[in-house]
This record gives sequence, C-alpha cells and structure tokens, in this order.
Amino acid sequence: MSELIATRVAYGEALAKLGAENDKIVVLDADLAHATMTAKFMEKFPERFFNAGIAEANMVDMAAGLSTMDLVPFCSTFAVFAGRAYDQIRNGVCYPHFNVKFGMTHAGITLGEDGGSHEAIEDIALMRVLPGMTILSPSDANQVYKAVKAASEYDGPVYIRLGRLPSPVLPEQPFEIGKANVLREGTDAVIIATGIVVCNALEAAEELLKEGKSVAVVNMHTIKPIDREIIEKYVASSHKIFTLEEHSVIGGLGDAVMDVINGRKPITKIGVEDRFGQSGKPAALLDEYGLSTEKIVARIKAEI
Amino acid sequence: MDIKELKKLSLDVRRDIINMTADAASGHPGGSLSATDILVALHGCVMNIDPKNPKMEGRDRFVLSKGHAAPALYGVLGELGFFDKAEFKNFRQIHSFLQGHPDCRKCPGVEASTGSLGQGISIAVGMALGAKAKGTGEQIYTMVGDGEIQEGLVWEASMAASKFKLDNFTVILDNNGLQIDGSNDEVMPLGDLNAKFTAFGYDVIELEDGNDIEAVIEALKAPHKEGVPKCIIAHTVKGKGVSYMENQVGWHGKAPNQAEREIALAELDKAMEEL
Repeated sequence: MSELIATRVAYGEALAKLGAENDKIVVLDADLAHATMTAKFMEKFPERFFNAGIAEANMVDMAAGLSTMDLVPFCSTFAVFAGRAYDQIRNGVCYPHFNVKFGMTHAGITLGEDGGSHEAIEDIALMRVLPGMTILSPSDANQVYKAVKAASEYDGPVYIRLGRLPSPVLPEQPFEIGKANVLREGTDAVIIATGIVVCNALEAAEELLKEGKSVAVVNMHTIKPIDREIIEKYVASSHKIFTLEEHSVIGGLGDAVMDVINGRKPITKIGVEDRFGQSGKPAALLDEYGLSTEKIVARIKAEI
Repeated sequence: MDIKELKKLSLDVRRDIINMTADAASGHPGGSLSATDILVALHGCVMNIDPKNPKMEGRDRFVLSKGHAAPALYGVLGELGFFDKAEFKNFRQIHSFLQGHPDCRKCPGVEASTGSLGQGISIAVGMALGAKAKGTGEQIYTMVGDGEIQEGLVWEASMAASKFKLDNFTVILDNNGLQIDGSNDEVMPLGDLNAKFTAFGYDVIELEDGNDIEAVIEALKAPHKEGVPKCIIAHTVKGKGVSYMENQVGWHGKAPNQAEREIALAELDKAMEEL
C-alpha cells in the first residue's frame, strides 16, 4: 500500500511553500484553519493570514476585495459551506471574474463521522454553472501542490476540491489545467474519475484485469474546462465509458462528460445517487454509496 | 471644486438620474437622489482619483454597496469625465457598460460589481484590509442603504472592519427611511442605528442632513481614530430634489414618464438658477 496523505494536508503545505515564493498570496479561513490546514500557512505568514471567523459569506467577499488590491487570495472552509457563500461566489467573485481561489476541503462522503449535514455532494454542480469558474479536483497529495501552484498563476476564480481522508499518494503526474492524465491504458472500458476516488478506479482496473477485462483509467483532475479531446478519443473508440466521482451523479463530472458526448454514446455514471450522505467510517460510506473498489468492480463487470 | 461647484454638480447628477431612468423607463430614482450629495462629495472633493486614469495606482476606492443607486454613481462618474456622457442614453440597454447595477468589468470608475445587497461593504472591507496589508495608504469608502443593513453580511463585514482595525475604511449609511415594501419600520425596524454601529466598533458620526454637502464633506474629512473604522449615518431624503418623489416609497424602483420628467427637470433647473 502506498503512503496515505489527505489532500487537505497537501493543500496546507502547498500554500506554505508557495507563500514563500509569491508574497501576493494571502489566505483566509472561517475558523477551520486547523481542519482545512491553512494553519500551515498562518504559522509561517501570520501577517498574510486573515481569519474571518464563522462568517463564510464575509470571507468570500473580503477575498474579492483583496483581489482588487493586486493580491492573490485563497479562501478555505468545508466544501459544504460553498453553498452557504454561494451568492458571494457568484456575484462577488465570478460575475466580475475576480482573481480569487477557493481551497475547499472535506468534500464528498469520505468526510465521514460528521455526517450528511457536512458532506458536500453538490459543490461541483454549483460551481460548474458559474461562467468563468475553473474547477480542479486533484487525485492525490502529489497533484495538489501542482494544482495550487497552477491556480495561483492563473488569473480568475478557481475552485479546488479537497478531501479530509488520508488517501493514497499516486506517482508524480504532470499537471496542466484542462488536460486530463491517462493513468492506465485498457481496451474494453475506460473509467474517467476525479478526486481521491481515482485511486479506487485504479484498484478496480487491477481487479478487473485479473478477470480478463482490460480497463483504462483517466484522471480528470480539471472538471471545468473539461478535456474534450480525451473524451472524444473514447467516444470514437470501442471503449465502454464509466465516470466515477465522490459527488452526486447530478451535475458533476458524469454530467460534464455527458455534455461533451451529447448522446453519441451511452455512458454509466458512478457517483452518489441523488441522496444525502450520513455518518459512518469513510470506508463503510464508500461501500454504502457504491464507490468502494469492490462495488466499482461489480458495477463494471455487470456492464461489460 | 468649491462648494457652489459641488452643489451644481449635484443638480447636474440629479438631472442625469431623471433622464437616465426616464429614457430607460426603468431604474431606481428615489435612492439615487437620496445618495447624490454624498457621492458628489466623495468623488468631487474627498477621494484621490483621476477620471483620466480610472485604474490609477494608489487611488482611493468607493464601492456602491446599494448598487441599485447606479444612476447616481454613473451621473457623478460621467459628469467628472470617467466616460462620455453620451452613454447615459444607453443606461440599462443591451451592450451598454451602464448596466442596471454597477459592473466593474464594464464601467470605468466602478470598483466592484454590486447589487446583491450586503456584498459591497464586505468587498470594501477586503479592499481596506488589502491596503493595510500592503501599507499603500488607500482610503476605502462604501455606501450602504438603510434597508440593506437588514442583510446579516453587513454585520459580518462590520465585525471584521473592527477586528482588523481598519482606520482606512468608512461606511456611509444612506438613511432615507424607506425600502421597496414600505418604511424600514414597517418592513423590518432598524432600531437604534447609532448604538448598533457603535457597538460593532465604529466611530460614528451622525448627520442630521445627509443631503447638506458641506456637512457631508466635513464628516468624510474628519480623521479616523487610530485603529477604528468610521461610520457616517447620513439622514437623507428619498427622492431628494424632486418634489413629488420626496419621501414617497413608490419612487424606489419606478421611472418617471415624459410628463413627470419635465416637471422634475423644471424643478432642478429652478434650483440651479437659485444657486
């Protein structure tokens, strides 16, 4: 088993490292700095860290204001609270296309014990409909640093989706906004996955190979703008297409891929089936919601 | 600009508000007219800005948090030369940079896109925080409406202004007493404004007549106490300067028709003559 590091931890470390290279980076949090891991930045650069208190809406609009003063603000809280500050993300940041970054942690059901009230299964959908918003969903700790660095160098709003759960660190991959990575070739099917469940896709592909099924895995780390080219490749080929995400099957990666395919080929969306999350151990929740390696294997086997 | 010139500018802006809303047959004249003298004082005499260089480094910033008063802001910016006044005719029309609510990507001199109430003050707090963090010395001003302060975000932003000791930040409350559905008291009473803003950590200056441009300038120029944000509670008259609009809730979001436009312009012309 590879090393386990939560993507939120990698996020905090990335901010602390990039903060030393770029003094325009400022960080805001809403009383969750030790959970989102922005505390790692706060400890190194206290004069560039602003705690908004439990006031997410004000955090986001303060970030909007900071961006107009030629600073590069990153704001962080739990992904579920993106909904709470949605008007500020929409009108305060995206409408004027301000240069604000959102590092939103504890996304998806693997937040675990805190339960459904805190498990964001809708944030990708909310962000996708905002014109000009870029959405990054890195697969692992190695990719987080590159994603945060790319976000800091890009001019405009960027949403970075991060997890709480310590998750496997994958081998180094290149990172370019909008350019997906093929992690594994295969001939029968392809799993287009995003976030920390990319790892489950890789494990599922390995299991399926034992049964003679050859499955490719694509890490779609950018959900918007989506890599149309790679999707077209699998539309043109004989691969059966699956999408995999720790998010509702409504409005997330699966729908983004379907929008590109536009009915030319059937696809199967694997994700949270229009229901809220709940308390539990992350592994048990992944299984309950059909996102464990075993459940993914069973789903794909049934269809190819 | 001396006081007489500023008063003239206020009347010109009031004409612009009437003409813009009448031409568009939509818009918000009441709250634009109550805010006019404060916007004129800020842009005409208090802020360090350059109409020929709207993005000038180190300029002071103004955010119109009550974004529906856009006609007043456009009037001031147009009269001062931030853009060609010919654009007034296109207010609220397709492809115009004079959007129904201020759009900072489109209109020169507009610093934030506002209209969703409560957000402008919060964005302005962020600007003041940025100016403090960088030590570049800009003064940041924002205007909120009285109905607007029913938004919780106003108070979140105020807590932050106090916490971060933003003595480069001034919020002006355009307290005309009326909002869309009626008086503040009918819709949601605001209580003791002075006590509320004081409790949130502001140095409060209360202006009995927020349409008295000299008093407004004096309040705006009063130095900040060290480490303390400033709040100016300006008691204003909704519809100020147009007799049939004054203190009438119905003129919040209704444009004058042609006959009403002529009456309004005649009144403003008369006021200009009397100056």
